[in-house]
Amino acid sequence: MQGKAWYKYLLSLPPMAYLLIFFAAPTFLMFFATFRYAGEYGGLAPWYLHEGGRLTLDLTLENWQRLLETDIYLRLFLKSIGYAVTTTLLCMIMGYPLALMIARSGHKNRDLLLLLVILPFWSNFLVRIYAWMIIFSPAGALTRMLNGALELVGAGPVTLMYSPTAMLVCLVYVHLPFMVLPLYANLEKHDLDLLDAAQDLGAGKWRRFWLITWPLSLSGITAGSILVFIPVLGMFAIPDLLGGTNGIMIGNVIKQQFMESRDWPFGSVLSMVLTVTAVAVVLLGSRLGRRREGR
Amino acid sequence: MQKKNVLLWVSAGLVYLFLYLPLVIVVVFSFNDSRLNAEWVGFTWKWYGKLFHNREMLGAAMNSLIIATVSTGTATILGTLAGMAMNQYRLRLLPLLVLSPIAMPDILMGVSLLLFFIMVNMTLGLLSIMLAHITFCIGFVALAVQARMSSMDPALVEAARDLGASPWRCFREITLPLLLPGILAGALMAFTLSIDDFVITFFTAGVGSSTLPLQIYSMVKIAVTPEVNAVSTLLMLLTLVVITGASRLYPAIFRGE
Amino acid sequence: MEITALLEIVDVSRHFDDFVALDKVSLHIEAGEFFTLLGPSGCGKTTLLRLLAGFDQPDGGDILLDGKSITSAPPEQRPLHTIFQNYALFPHMTVAENIGFPLRMAGCPKKDIQARVAEALENVRLPDKARHYPDALSGGQKQRIAIARALVNRPRLLLLDEPLSALDAKLREQMQIELINLQKDIGITFIYVTHDQGEALALSHRIAVMDQGRIVQVDVPERLYGFPNSRFVADFIGKCNLLEGYVREQQGDCVTVDLDGLGMVHVCRSETKCVAGSRCALTLRPEKIRLAATVSPKEDESLFRGSVHDMLYLGDVTVYIVSLANGLLLEALLANSASGRTNFFEVGDSVEVAWSCDAGHLVLD
Repeated sequence: MQGKAWYKYLLSLPPMAYLLIFFAAPTFLMFFATFRYAGEYGGLAPWYLHEGGRLTLDLTLENWQRLLETDIYLRLFLKSIGYAVTTTLLCMIMGYPLALMIARSGHKNRDLLLLLVILPFWSNFLVRIYAWMIIFSPAGALTRMLNGALELVGAGPVTLMYSPTAMLVCLVYVHLPFMVLPLYANLEKHDLDLLDAAQDLGAGKWRRFWLITWPLSLSGITAGSILVFIPVLGMFAIPDLLGGTNGIMIGNVIKQQFMESRDWPFGSVLSMVLTVTAVAVVLLGSRLGRRREGR
Repeated sequence: MQKKNVLLWVSAGLVYLFLYLPLVIVVVFSFNDSRLNAEWVGFTWKWYGKLFHNREMLGAAMNSLIIATVSTGTATILGTLAGMAMNQYRLRLLPLLVLSPIAMPDILMGVSLLLFFIMVNMTLGLLSIMLAHITFCIGFVALAVQARMSSMDPALVEAARDLGASPWRCFREITLPLLLPGILAGALMAFTLSIDDFVITFFTAGVGSSTLPLQIYSMVKIAVTPEVNAVSTLLMLLTLVVITGASRLYPAIFRGE
Repeated sequence: MEITALLEIVDVSRHFDDFVALDKVSLHIEAGEFFTLLGPSGCGKTTLLRLLAGFDQPDGGDILLDGKSITSAPPEQRPLHTIFQNYALFPHMTVAENIGFPLRMAGCPKKDIQARVAEALENVRLPDKARHYPDALSGGQKQRIAIARALVNRPRLLLLDEPLSALDAKLREQMQIELINLQKDIGITFIYVTHDQGEALALSHRIAVMDQGRIVQVDVPERLYGFPNSRFVADFIGKCNLLEGYVREQQGDCVTVDLDGLGMVHVCRSETKCVAGSRCALTLRPEKIRLAATVSPKEDESLFRGSVHDMLYLGDVTVYIVSLANGLLLEALLANSASGRTNFFEVGDSVEVAWSCDAGHLVLD
């Protein structure tokens, strides 16, 4: 009814302008920065030169060449993807029973159980990492108990802190709600009569799960997987605090390029690769989701 | 049937344990009279006392509050407009702009904004952090408002016009009150995300404008001390109070979320 | 003598991209009428109602109220109100606030509003619901509150968009009676949109049947049922047998028709002007067909033999589908009037059907 054009622009222009300036423009500038030289003292060198009163462009492909020169960065990416995939799978294994339990419990308890999943997610991100730093600390009870047990069987002591294991546990911990919530939203919508129908037609409980519940929940799993996979792929705080030297991910190297080595053009190259990967994953996921819905 | 339920409940219970045990440990050790977060020695308030004499920490907390308040306010207005526009019109660019910041890893927004702020010669500080926080908060508000609006019967707006309300009165008397739970839910989300944000703040904060998460990060980087436990416990308490308060005031926020 | 109608709709058209929702629709609606727009979904009746309410603008044509064009007036400036399908009661306002809303928008003083809201609640017999929120009301109560809200500032016209479709069958009948009485009492013109032909026949003074964006026939209910002007109307309103054939000859108001596979029948009191040799269809309502094992036909009746093909026991009546000699299926009714007597025939029984020459009505192609 409010078909007037000015009304449409009144609503959409302010947020659009803001996001064009503070999201689209920075993203574009970052892409542009991949072709520029690094400044002498960090940052970026000017992209044009004054030569005899004329302006000439001063751009380069060097930064992209550097990415492809060695396989260091390829391996780094693959490792990061590996961590992201592992985290996603672990979240799925842990999140599925939880989401199913909440979806199948009575209406009264459901809200409370769901709130209990969200609540840790509302507490500070760094606090949640810090909690695991305490648990995995060498002086902590867990490490001492484990080493005590290992000593009994004659194995050497291990440190949990600064290991890929510690990092993975924390990654799962932080991202678990992202898997549980979309899964719950999906499972909650299932028509329970389908299970009764399947039972009536002779399916046992495992078959009912694998042939009915599981396939119907695939779109929830896809949504949850995207929500877990993407932030994990770009993570730098958890590897930074818990991962040690073995646990470096692509995010750490990007952070290094921008904050420590101050090679912004190369940092931008790595960021662009991460952007493209994330976009590809989102597109792939949404296409998979759509196909499953039969559209 | 019954047997499977037990299995399900046990595994779900273990996951809840996994979710809460670490937080419980943080809280418990914040009262522990020992520098090491290893063994229970005795009860003390001293880490909280230390915290309230830590100037840097208090300054950072103040910064966090200012940033969260300003960013939430601005993002709520912009996000509400965006959510309404996305619900009423078939737009292409706006949904893309609104959803992309949510879908991308935080670090990308952090570094690209850093690059942007430096290129436009802006000094990094509270303002740059706010501008960055608004950017990622808009989307969450817009989604909450859009969800609320799409569950709203469009006939209500027509009925108001039909019964004699001008477009503006219709907005004030019908649309706004009905969207309010969505707007508040979005604002609550924006506030906690802003208070909580570490990654984007890390890149867009200059020297001398620390926030609570940045302060915690630098403390944790150096050593694990019970002072961090104390500040963490207070933060958890704060979110708990905010959430229960909001749910008491406005139960509709949490319905259908 | 020239009488201006209360509402005049002149050549109104509305297109949505390639889809023609309304194609040059014209209507006159008199003051005090209960007028119904009837048609299948997608026929344009709701589009027309939205144009009248002002939620949408026509691409062509004019809408006149009391002789003045309201075509481009926004909804809030039109002296008419709408009852929405799901009532559209504002969920964040109490019943009293809902009813007071149009008065408040019109700038009534607070005291007046209170008094008139109380009166309106009294009128719909829900005075104790003033402080309730719409969520706490039943479907029928919501309906009454919606009506009270729309009538509280005495509009010239009330538009009703399938207002009974959300109610269950029993309540619907009760609300139909309430609507008829209400309209009689207050004398405000009602324009009622429905796809339910039974509801339209029961409620209306006049009905406009719509199909594919056009008005097919406008008439009083009895004539619409008895003298449909097209196959579409005959088929859409009530149950109807359509027997195809062509016109042999016409003498006065009596037409001789050659029905395909059945032969000659006479149709008397025909109002249709026919040309010999043109295709036509005889519309025959099931209740107008006599059905028996052996019918002794009266002088003006046509008789045919057939067998029972199917039957549906409906309680008050039993519907028999009779298969005639040429394979044509004809629907006929037998009332189950005698107690215990409900099973006259079995499937496969041979029966005879007959109808008098003024039982049917001819529609031409």
